Amino acid sequence: MSSGMSSRLSVNKTYKQFIGGAFERSESGRSYPVTGAGGELLAHAVRGSRKDVRDAVAAARLAQEGWAGRTAYNRGQILYRVAEVMESRRDEFCVEVLRATDGSSEAIAAEETAAAIDRWVWYAGWADKFPTVLGGANPVAGPYFNLSVPEPVGVVGLVAPDEPPLLPLVSRLAPVIVSGNTAVVLASERCPLAAVTLAETLALSDVPAGVVNIITGHRDELVPPLAGHVAVDSLDLTGCDSEQGTAAARQAAATITRVVSASTAERQWADEAAQSPYLIDAFCETKTVWHPKGR
Amino acid sequence: MTDLLAVDSPVGAADAVAGVRITPVDAVGLEQRAALLCARSIKASSKGAALDLAIRVMDLTTLEGADTPGRVHALCARARRPDAADWSVPSVAAVCVYPELVSVAAEALADSPVAVASVAGGFPAGLAPLEARLAEVSWAVAAGADEVDIVLNRSAFLSGRYQRAYDEIAAAKQACGSAHLKVILETGELGSYDQIRRASMLAMVAGADFIKTSTGKISTSATPATALCMAEAIRDMAEQTGRAVGLKLAGGIRTAKQAWHYLVIVGETLGSGWLTPERFRLGASSLLNDVLMQRAKLRDGRYQRREDFSVD
Repeated sequence: MSSGMSSRLSVNKTYKQFIGGAFERSESGRSYPVTGAGGELLAHAVRGSRKDVRDAVAAARLAQEGWAGRTAYNRGQILYRVAEVMESRRDEFCVEVLRATDGSSEAIAAEETAAAIDRWVWYAGWADKFPTVLGGANPVAGPYFNLSVPEPVGVVGLVAPDEPPLLPLVSRLAPVIVSGNTAVVLASERCPLAAVTLAETLALSDVPAGVVNIITGHRDELVPPLAGHVAVDSLDLTGCDSEQGTAAARQAAATITRVVSASTAERQWADEAAQSPYLIDAFCETKTVWHPKGR
Repeated sequence: MTDLLAVDSPVGAADAVAGVRITPVDAVGLEQRAALLCARSIKASSKGAALDLAIRVMDLTTLEGADTPGRVHALCARARRPDAADWSVPSVAAVCVYPELVSVAAEALADSPVAVASVAGGFPAGLAPLEARLAEVSWAVAAGADEVDIVLNRSAFLSGRYQRAYDEIAAAKQACGSAHLKVILETGELGSYDQIRRASMLAMVAGADFIKTSTGKISTSATPATALCMAEAIRDMAEQTGRAVGLKLAGGIRTAKQAWHYLVIVGETLGSGWLTPERFRLGASSLLNDVLMQRAKLRDGRYQRREDFSVD
C-alpha cells in the first residue's frame, strides 16, 4: 500500500459564477487566469459575458419581490446567518485574501476577514430598524396621518472594487440587500476568488436564490451591459475607474438609473465610516402615504 | 379511398391512411435532429428578420373562461399594432378566441389584415356530441371566423377507431365551408411519435388545412421533436399527394428563442415556402411580449425590462 499524502492527486476548486442560486460556468465557455500577489497562478476564474449579466439580472428581478416581501426581522436573521457561515469558513477566507493581496500578511488577512464578518452582523441589526430611522410620521397641516417609508429600489448592479478582495465587496453588498433589494455583483477583476467563496457561503445561508448574483470576468465587457440594462434600478459604481464610471453613468442616465459610488471616507474599508444606515438609504426610495384621520 | 380505415384496423396494422403511406418514426434520431436544429446559432443580422417573421405568423391567443369583450378588444388592438410606439412592427396573423367572442374580434379586426380564428368542436376535449360540435363549427364561421381550430377525437383515435376520427374531421371540414380548418392533435396525449405521425396523416387526409400540436390546456405541449415529427409528416404528405398542409405550433411557446428554434425546424424540414402565415403559425399568448422585448434589444442595444411590456 502506497504511503498516503504524497501520492494523492490535488483536488482543486473550480471557481464558478453564482447566478440564480446556482454555480455556473459562463454561457460563453470562457475563463481567465487569476494570479496571486507574487504573480503565481491561483486558479482560472470564469470570464463572464453580457449574456451572463442578462441572466443574472433576470434572476435578480425574479427574486426581488419575494425577498422584499420577507419580514425585516427575517432578512436580519438571514444576514446574521451569512456571518455565522462565514465565521465557520474563516480560515479559508483568510487564505483567499492573503494569497490575492500584495504586501499582505496573515494578520492583515485575518483582520480583513473578521471585519467582513462583523459587517454582516452590523447590517443584520439594521434590518428592522432603518425604516424607523430613515422614515417615520411627518407633521402635516391637515386631518391626515402622513407616513414616509423607505422601500427598496429593486435590482442593484454593484461593481465591486478591485482590492482588497473581500471587505469592500461585503461593505457595499450588505446595505444593498438588507432593505430587500437584490444584487448583480461584478466581482473584482484582479482577485475574484474570494467573491466566489463568499457566494458559496451565501448559498448555505438561507439567502434565497437570485438575491445575490456574482459575475466574474473583465470589467470592460461586463460594465456596459449591466449599466445599460433597463431592468437595473440602481448602480453602485464604486469599483469603476473614473473613465469607466463616467461612461456607465451616462448609459444609466438613459434609463433613469440611480448611480451611487463610495465616498473617500467610505473607502477606508476597515473604518466605522465605511458602514452607515445612509448607505441603506442610498438604495431605497421613500414612499409617502397620506391617510385621512378618523373622528 | 378510405378502405384501410374502414376496417378500423388495430394500431400496429394500419401503415397507411387512404392510400397515403405512414412511415415509422425513429424516436432517438428525431429528438437528436430536433436538438441539433435548436442548437443552431442565429446571427444578429438574421435575428431581426426572424423576430418579425415570428410576429407575422403568430396567432395571438386568449382562451380563458374569464375572457371578456374588453379583453378581446385589447388583444385585437395589439394584434393590429403589436407595439404602439413602433409602427415598423408587423401585424400578427390572427387572433384566436372562443366562439362566443368571435363576433367581437371580427368587428374589432374588420378592415385589418388580421384573421379571426376560433376554437370549436368541443374544445379542448372534443368529446361533446358530434352534432353539437359541428353546430359549433358552423356557428363560429357564421359569426365571422376565418379559421377554425378543432380538436382530434383522441378517444376514438387512441382506441383504434380511426374511421370515426377521420369522419368527424371530414364532417368538420364540410361545416367550415370556406373557412380554414386547423386540427389540434394534442400531441401530449398521443403517447408516441408514431402515433403523432399517424394522427397527422389522418387529419391531413381527412381535409385539415393545418395540423396543430396542442390545445395549451395540458402540461405537455409543443416540443421541438413533436414539431419536427409533424413537419416531416407534412413533407411526406406533400411528396405523396402534392397537397401543402400548414403547421401550427402552440402551447408553452413563451420566448423569442423558442420561436426562432421552431422557425429553423420548419425552414429546414419544409423549406422557406412554409415560412409564411399561410402555412405556418405560432399560437401563443405571452410570446409576443418577449419577441417585442428582443426586438427592442436589437434596436436600442440594451437589455429590456419585462414590466415595460404589456401584461397581456
